[in-house]
Amino acid sequence: MNRLICTALAAFCMAAFAADKPETEQRIRMLSEKLRCLVCQNQTLADSNAELAQDLRQQLREQVAAGRSDDQILDYLVQRYGDFVLYDPPFKATTVLLWVGPFVLLGIAGLVLVVTLRRRRRLPEEPTLGADAQRLVQRVLGPADEDKRGGSPR
Amino acid sequence: MKRAFWPLAIFLVLVGFLAVGLKLDPREVPSPLVGKPAPAFDLPLLHQPDKRFVPADMRGKVWLLNVWASWCVSCREEHPLLVELSRKGVLPILGLNYKDRGDEAQRWLKQFGNPYQLSVVDADGRTGIDYGVYGVPETYLIGPDGVIRFKQIGPITPAVLEQKILPLALSLKQ
Repeated sequence: MNRLICTALAAFCMAAFAADKPETEQRIRMLSEKLRCLVCQNQTLADSNAELAQDLRQQLREQVAAGRSDDQILDYLVQRYGDFVLYDPPFKATTVLLWVGPFVLLGIAGLVLVVTLRRRRRLPEEPTLGADAQRLVQRVLGPADEDKRGGSPR
Repeated sequence: MKRAFWPLAIFLVLVGFLAVGLKLDPREVPSPLVGKPAPAFDLPLLHQPDKRFVPADMRGKVWLLNVWASWCVSCREEHPLLVELSRKGVLPILGLNYKDRGDEAQRWLKQFGNPYQLSVVDADGRTGIDYGVYGVPETYLIGPDGVIRFKQIGPITPAVLEQKILPLALSLKQ
């Protein structure tokens, strides 16, 4: 609900400011959706209505107006706030686990599944009795007859 | 026995991760600015708006840049600590008055005490963005070479002051 209001407010503000060319607006919107609002961390800059998010959107607007490229603008923010400001973290030594981890886990899970299934197939369908146990059964129940599975012979 | 061992082991590993996770603060984002030169600015002083300050004026000194505002509630939490620190005269503290109103900022300092050698006014928050500020208060320890050596996000606690800031400041002074 809160998020909805925030989004609506943000959309309203974006609309209110949309005096520039539509393609400029489009670019600002695209950029702000790639960026994290550092105050409400699970919202993008586009969704957030925190004061800092407004200031940063203003920065985006000015830099787009100044003719800087998308990469330059993203770099500008990464230099100040770190990779965390990007919703899509770059693939680096420190983020390898983040990117590869889920696939490694999936691989391990698959391996466990295959091993378990194989082991289960190798198991005999019914438990067989050892030699000692069979001798004991024969002694008690008499020689094996048609009812191999035991049960009461009497 | 072996069967019981695996779920237990997985559970313990999970508990370990969660225990570490509990102690981490997701709001503390490592600043890319630590180890880099403090961004330059040229801003008017809070008490003498006709005068200006640039960080280069502090070259050769170890100093704290504390981002504060009168509207910031947690700034009150750390303020007594800063006042105490300035009374001891360990290292100069400079204030960056972030997105505040001048009259309210001055009233706030009168009420709670002024630990700052001077405060500069960042009315539109632009310098704040250059410093990667996203949660006031924030404090930067800047070395004699003008490089940021430490950043505290949120209020300074006595533990942070004594275990991190002061030892680091001392080693920078030598």
